[in-house]
Amino acid sequence: MDLLQIAERSFSSRLFVGTGKYPSPSVMVQAHAASGAEVVTVAVRRVNISDRSKESLLDYIDTSKYMLLPNTAGCYTADEAVRTARLGREAGLSNWVKLEVIGDEKTLLPDNVALLEATRTLAREGFVVLPYTSDDPVICRKLEEAGAAAVMPLGAPIGSGLGIQNANNIRIIKDSARVPVIVDAGVGTASDAALAMELGADGVLMNTAIAGAQHPVAMAEAMKLAVQAGRLAFQSGRIPRRMYATASSPVEGMVGR
Amino acid sequence: MAMTIQLNGDPFGIAGPLTVSALLALLEIDERRVAVEHNLAVVKRPLFQSTIVYEGDAIEIVNFVGGG
Repeated sequence: MDLLQIAERSFSSRLFVGTGKYPSPSVMVQAHAASGAEVVTVAVRRVNISDRSKESLLDYIDTSKYMLLPNTAGCYTADEAVRTARLGREAGLSNWVKLEVIGDEKTLLPDNVALLEATRTLAREGFVVLPYTSDDPVICRKLEEAGAAAVMPLGAPIGSGLGIQNANNIRIIKDSARVPVIVDAGVGTASDAALAMELGADGVLMNTAIAGAQHPVAMAEAMKLAVQAGRLAFQSGRIPRRMYATASSPVEGMVGR
Repeated sequence: MAMTIQLNGDPFGIAGPLTVSALLALLEIDERRVAVEHNLAVVKRPLFQSTIVYEGDAIEIVNFVGGG
């Protein structure tokens, strides 16, 4: 069995999915099932005090089947992210956090200086920290040294659907990391997820690519298959790239020659 | 006694002091689904019954919403 091991837990699915931006809760439930994911990300936000009528997200997630991974999305400082992570731990009763510290509103690219500080703080407090970071091998190494349980380099900006922008960096990150590498953000379609896995990533995390697709449930299944196919291809050892052709059929025994 | 607390960033008038549990009950919030911060410190769930909210205290009540 090809299990993904992060901290003390192991997963048979290498696809992590989000819970945001679905057209309806029932589509989300079906998409989650179709994705085969075992981990779903959630955001931590203030309860609406004046309007308590809204349904809870947790009405739609079977927590005996899915592990909740609270994020610190929308946090712009290390303090804010640490505070949000602590609240997420209390709300979800798990010490795992998808750590985000955003550095820029337009690109939503991470502030890696603050991220490193928050990773250090939370790892010291016993959190299993999964930081969302740049596709930069040096910062990934520093996050690992700071106690990250996995590193989650972006493929492209959040929600952009641009696919893996720097494939070589993902390979280098994977080559040097001693913790799992999860490509987080930027996936647009199934081939992007497959590519991430072919490059050697241990998993892929996505939200918009599924939730924003015209048919989220079908796309969720496509992503499941893509991650499996990419993983298998990676493990199978691809052929080297060559400039010229090499014939697949015998060159001897040609008729009339 | 009437008092005002900061609840999720806004002033909120309420009779108190009262426990975190009493506050959640008053707001009709299921305490198993939320996390509470009291003056910047997270309140562990078993301490909801014994943590007292006083005049001027800052309370944050959060839950999980959809996200990536």
